Amino acid sequence: MSSEDVSRIVEEHAGKPGGLIGILQEIQARYGYLPPDALGAVAEGIGRSLTDVYGVATFFRSFSLKPRGKHLCSVCLGTACHVRGGAVIAEEFGRALNVAPGETTGDRDFTLETVNCLGACALGPIVVVDGHYFSNVSPVRVKEILEKARNGLDNVEVTTDQRIFPVEVSCPRCNHSLMDPARLVDGQPSISVTVVFAGEHFRLHLSCLYGSYNVESEREIPRDALADFFCPHCHAHLTGGSNCLECGAPMVPMIVRGGGIVQICSRRGCRGHLLDLSGGMQ
Amino acid sequence: MITLTMNGLPVTVEEGSTLLEAARFFGFPIPTLCHLEGLTPYGACRLCLVEVGRGDKAKLVTACTYPAADGLVVRTGSSRVIRARKMILELLLASCPQSKVIQDLAAAYEVRQQRFRQEYEDCILCGLCVRMCEEQMRAKAIGFRGRGERRSVGTPFDAPSPACRLCGGCMYVCPACQLRCTYHEPEKAICGSCANLSPPCLEKREFDDLMCFMAPCVACEIRKG
Ligand code: SF4
Ligand code: SF4
Ligand code: FES
Ligand code: FES
Repeated sequence: MSSEDVSRIVEEHAGKPGGLIGILQEIQARYGYLPPDALGAVAEGIGRSLTDVYGVATFFRSFSLKPRGKHLCSVCLGTACHVRGGAVIAEEFGRALNVAPGETTGDRDFTLETVNCLGACALGPIVVVDGHYFSNVSPVRVKEILEKARNGLDNVEVTTDQRIFPVEVSCPRCNHSLMDPARLVDGQPSISVTVVFAGEHFRLHLSCLYGSYNVESEREIPRDALADFFCPHCHAHLTGGSNCLECGAPMVPMIVRGGGIVQICSRRGCRGHLLDLSGGMQ
Repeated sequence: MITLTMNGLPVTVEEGSTLLEAARFFGFPIPTLCHLEGLTPYGACRLCLVEVGRGDKAKLVTACTYPAADGLVVRTGSSRVIRARKMILELLLASCPQSKVIQDLAAAYEVRQQRFRQEYEDCILCGLCVRMCEEQMRAKAIGFRGRGERRSVGTPFDAPSPACRLCGGCMYVCPACQLRCTYHEPEKAICGSCANLSPPCLEKREFDDLMCFMAPCVACEIRKG
């Protein structure tokens, strides 16, 4: 950890409301955990006591004070997943990795944790590994999931993989569905949006499979370029959610049918995405 | 000035008073545990419950945090209040039976037994020490950590805090710290403070088997220092 890094993060958040959590999130995103020295530096930087900062850091489950493994494996023990056998899955993971929930394997490969409801109860038991959702997990699949994670989930073949589930999204402003059944990507109706790039308007079709990054575009967008996203129905400007945790570009929020919000990074080729199904569940 | 009815009596109190202050001023007793004059009200122990409102609409509120308002109808000792208080005392006894403060409160309400699983908590999370340290000592050496079942009081990383003034204020206000008087037999629910004029933790060399809520313990630090 370098203290310049921390002071830069603190500076960037200066004056923003709710700064402390944002600062801690950014540090956690950078190091994978909150190093003790960083907490001290944050306390100093924002002029609050270390006691306050430590209190916030230990309050939220998403913050970790211990270094985490390369892969984060979260087993849902929420009510729905629990009755479908989440506890057995957690045990199986514990056995396979030889750690207890909350611990990290000796080789720093995996961190196992249990969480309370990931907002996808109907598909339970849910396991999330490195941001990839696995649904209807049974104990026999545990080994296979870990194997896939070791090989890098992003490289696993999209179509043959059952980890991915389709999401149906709509425009956050007019709530019109963005799904286009006439245009299939990954064999599923695509998410269709208008993009503006280099002064030109055209359609972009995204895969609706969560975890797949396949895109079909009417024009070529070079890698790493930023595109502007619009709703094809109400023409609302969609770009402008949070900033991408991977690359810092603005994200594009969309409403998930059934509740929740999914955000994707507006940078071509960036795999940054956030899925928050919890907020909207009724 | 605000006029409200307290136990059927019209009373007038200053604006900004809490129900607890009003009741104390007019001599209606309300037991408190997490309240201390000079510290901000916190509403953690729920012992100071009173009933406000009429008929079906009447509800239980904590007097130490509830602001007095014009026309409020307050009962500080209705049977519903007493029943709720006894229940809270039972729950407090269930979590920290060694505390002299809790024992005394329970005795005053003739609660002699509790019906729950017996525990021997070192801390009931009343927040007195945290507020004492922050508001009176201006040190902020200790605070709440974690949440839910894992909520606890202490210093960041459980390390000796450079901010701590070793004033002992936190131990002075702690209702659970009285548990030192049970010596190292926590299951002895009866307090032995009269027999132990000096805290055993200062006499014994090994403190390990003594129940003490703070790590590092301020008493130990003073002794070492
Ligand atoms: S002894 Fe330390 S922790 Fe306790 S009140 Fe004083 S300054 Fe705060
Ligand atoms: S340590 Fe004592 S004063 Fe502090 S919160 Fe716990 S019971 Fe209350
Ligand atoms: S209980 Fe597991 S996702 Fe809701
Ligand atoms: S004294 Fe009011 S809640 Fe504790």
